[in-house]
Amino acid sequence: MRTAFGDMPLMAVKDLAANYGHIAALKPTNLHVASGEFVTVLGPNGAGKTTLLRAITRLIASSGRIVFEGRDVSGLRTHELAKLGIIMVPEGRGLFGEMSVRENLLLGAYGSGAADIEPRFERVFGLFPRLRERIDQIAASMSGGEQQMLAVGRALMAEPKLLILDEPSLGLAPRVAFEILSTLGQLNKGGLSILLVEQKAPLALRLAQRVYVLSSGCIRAELPTYEIKSYRDLTRYYFH
Amino acid sequence: MSVGCVLVVGLLFGAVLVYGGYLITVLQLAMIYGIFCLGLNFFMGYTGQASFGQNAFAAIGGYGTAILCVEYKWEPALALVFSMAAAGLTSLVVGYPTLRLRGHYLAMATFALGLITYDISVQWTSLTQGYMGYAGIPPLGIGPFTIEDERLKLLCLVVLLLIGLWISQRLRDSRFGRALRAISGSENGAAALGIRISRYKLAAFVIAALYASAAGSLFAHVVGFISPEVFGLQMVVVTFTMLYVGGIGTVYGPALGAIVASLLPEIFRSAGRFQDIAYSAVLLLMLIFEPKGLSALAGLVRSRRAKSGG
Repeated sequence: MRTAFGDMPLMAVKDLAANYGHIAALKPTNLHVASGEFVTVLGPNGAGKTTLLRAITRLIASSGRIVFEGRDVSGLRTHELAKLGIIMVPEGRGLFGEMSVRENLLLGAYGSGAADIEPRFERVFGLFPRLRERIDQIAASMSGGEQQMLAVGRALMAEPKLLILDEPSLGLAPRVAFEILSTLGQLNKGGLSILLVEQKAPLALRLAQRVYVLSSGCIRAELPTYEIKSYRDLTRYYFH
Repeated sequence: MSVGCVLVVGLLFGAVLVYGGYLITVLQLAMIYGIFCLGLNFFMGYTGQASFGQNAFAAIGGYGTAILCVEYKWEPALALVFSMAAAGLTSLVVGYPTLRLRGHYLAMATFALGLITYDISVQWTSLTQGYMGYAGIPPLGIGPFTIEDERLKLLCLVVLLLIGLWISQRLRDSRFGRALRAISGSENGAAALGIRISRYKLAAFVIAALYASAAGSLFAHVVGFISPEVFGLQMVVVTFTMLYVGGIGTVYGPALGAIVASLLPEIFRSAGRFQDIAYSAVLLLMLIFEPKGLSALAGLVRSRRAKSGG
């Protein structure tokens, strides 16, 4: 498969499908993310975006093939995919609310050695200085924006090769959402591959190199973002 | 744990050791239940799973130690350790398939485990003496040194409880403990960080079984007699009460709950036929006004002091 970033994508899914009971929430889907690429998935509510991410990370049963770094990882479980470097920030942040900022971040570095912890802490605090100030605060007592920073920071503690995010701007004030998504753009410029599901399409389109439009469980369009003149260009695919 | 709380508990134990009497026995049993609850806290508190069958492992500990000491004349300390190993192995074998269940299904499966073990202890009379129970269990000891004095038994149990508490605290604050608490927060979230859920749940289950077995063995050595009723449904109800009253998921809560829940019936003994009603009413009030348990009170006092600047 040829991509704008080279021949071999970092991750590719082929005929990935998932059902909830007898409902086909995700029909056989093909998608890929190249190394260093920022890909966004847009679509209306109920399109299957979260299902797509949960299927990729095996949080739900799914069929189809997943190839990561040239290796078929279809049979691996969620924790095994995480060890390979596929790290997801779920919708709603998925923080461990009763634990402190420090403990949440340490859990992000679960698979790493003790010597790696401090440098990773410093990297995260460099991106989100507020987390250093709140290091011993219980996660559930933080504001929505701070929790989202912590969720992203925790994912970065794992030194992901592919960072997957499900609607990180959900419920956040526009300024805070902009700050967090801009940080993702910064991380991508530093070489991190990102797969982002987002409701705030204009902001996602400014950061991503490529967009998939998902509707009713199917990919309706795949475009490089430079071809999109306005957000309205995409909405015609929403109600297919 | 607050200094005040430690002081009160210390004074209580001091008074009981000095004056002796029936309260020594009450506190001995509180220590044993405290050890049991510390283990239960690993699985239900730290890992957030449901288990209604830990009494099964206490039974393995109790009957294991009784049979080895009475029938085969083993040293009590060795019998205790061997029984713990047997309980650990059983929990590994039983836990591997059972822990694939979640929520209510896991609760029912563990409940079944407790019922099966109770039934075995009743029916397998050639091994367990059935309802007649096992008597003549020697006191705890090593070689010629045996602990027969009641005060010394209590001190020994206090030391063992403190060791259990220390292990619980060290593990809770370790990488292992964080992983357990992450599973309690969100299994999917924990898996997404690379935590192998099944392995950690099984580890917590085995640790709980080891504590339960130790408690069962200690009961046998302290009381000198066991029967199926000791490890029956009553044990499940009592230990759940202790765990929630003390504070599930906290380090000191299980021990605190065991002490308070053991002493409360004695406080209301003078109420005669209203003893059980008074006991239940106080427990209900505790849970209504402090649902996180008594160990959360220290945190509440600290935060109020911090707010008032005192």
